[in-house]
Amino acid sequence: MQKRRLIPVVMLRNGVVVQSKGFRRYQPQGNPSTIVARLSNWQADELIYLDISRGGGYDLNRDDLNFENRGGLLEILEDVARQCFMPLTFGGGIRDERDVEQRLARGADKVALTSQPLADPGFITRCARRHGAQCVVVGLDVRQVPGEGRWRVYGEGGRADAGRDAVEWAREVVDRGAGELLVQSIDRDGAGTGYDLPLIRAISAAVTVPVIALGGVGDHQHFAEGLEAGASAVAAGNIFHYTENSVYHAACSLSAAGHPVRRPALVSLATEGDL
Amino acid sequence: MPEPRQPLIGLIDVGAGNVGSVGNALAHLGLPTRRVRAPDDLNGVDRIILPGVGAFGALMQRLREAALLPALQAAVLDARVPYLGICVGMQILVDVGLEFGAQPGLGWIGGSCGPLDQAAAAGLNVPHMGWNDVDERPGAAPEPLLRGLSPTGGARVFYFVHSFHVVPTDPADVAATCDYGGPVAAILRRGHIAGVQFHPEKSQTAGLSVLRAFATEGAL
Repeated sequence: MQKRRLIPVVMLRNGVVVQSKGFRRYQPQGNPSTIVARLSNWQADELIYLDISRGGGYDLNRDDLNFENRGGLLEILEDVARQCFMPLTFGGGIRDERDVEQRLARGADKVALTSQPLADPGFITRCARRHGAQCVVVGLDVRQVPGEGRWRVYGEGGRADAGRDAVEWAREVVDRGAGELLVQSIDRDGAGTGYDLPLIRAISAAVTVPVIALGGVGDHQHFAEGLEAGASAVAAGNIFHYTENSVYHAACSLSAAGHPVRRPALVSLATEGDL
Repeated sequence: MPEPRQPLIGLIDVGAGNVGSVGNALAHLGLPTRRVRAPDDLNGVDRIILPGVGAFGALMQRLREAALLPALQAAVLDARVPYLGICVGMQILVDVGLEFGAQPGLGWIGGSCGPLDQAAAAGLNVPHMGWNDVDERPGAAPEPLLRGLSPTGGARVFYFVHSFHVVPTDPADVAATCDYGGPVAAILRRGHIAGVQFHPEKSQTAGLSVLRAFATEGAL
């Protein structure tokens, strides 16, 4: 039977893994490679790596910083891929086809595109034609319009209102070739109060491709709520950094709620030792 | 008597997307590997792994351009070097692929590779993407690739990404299946020729177990 996917999201800011809150506050969590090895041992189903380093705009040393960051980023990706025996999605700062190719060549299985498609929607189609829709994940960073059952899409790390309605944009990116959607609520980022379920419900109902829910998980039970709202896969960041064996506990919780997941495994080092 | 040595794996590298990941997995397992980009690179290899993503016809074309088709035939069909095809590397084992028009395959196993219509008809997403259980076909001989993994308890679960699937002419060539709107060939097996539709290099311990089983199956 096909399993539901449980996906840790690792956020990388200037070479360091961070915890994020409201897209504004960031707490350092440690080294990107060791964190990946741990999540792989814990049998996460996939991994999403998002580079949220801030380059342009605010930074006086922007060119130097950008250059160093990007060079370092691809090396980090290579290190990560060497010990990531699960599907790896890499996102953040992808502006053109060359960025996509570099990331796939260094070991990413999929790329997540969030801001660039807002500026150039045809980018999605070009990437899907060249590499297949299965490796094009389009990220939607959204905020609820206060008091209304609507959401607006933001680009540039949640800083720029793209002037688009989230459900309409979801339909458009799928028409343009997106293979999956990573739907992240900025309002819920780091809040720990659960997914924005009406948002997940609205987008899942509007598209035929898998929807990955992200933003708000503070308790393992929140994962089941995301699936029940229509998501194909459930993702989270912070909970996986702060809780021991959190993949195991999350899988147990999903399994207990009747969702098909891979058999939860406490650290799989016993089998890994002889592999 | 020479010292027992580890088999040398020839990893076919014609630019398919997942060669690097398969190489990482083999390196993690400590298995000696040689990248095969030209016919001469096949000399002396004890196993052949052909990874593949993308389209059926495109992979065949790349093998043709690298002049690898006759060399692969000689190694696998004449010298009987064990072969493992991964994803599209498995799909090209059959006579014909139906992706972007009919394309000839290697034809080492009779059959065709067509779209996952059964899944679409059942209302499931195509591509079939994610983790799925793999079960040996009832009545089939125990599959050597699965020998390190218990048939019960959820150990045989692997990561799939594909829109097309193989239907062999002889059902006995299917060693194992997964269920996605109906049975889908997950492992093909005819003697020393095998193929897996899933991605062992992305299937954590279960996948690493398959790769290790392939590397060590049979005597050198």
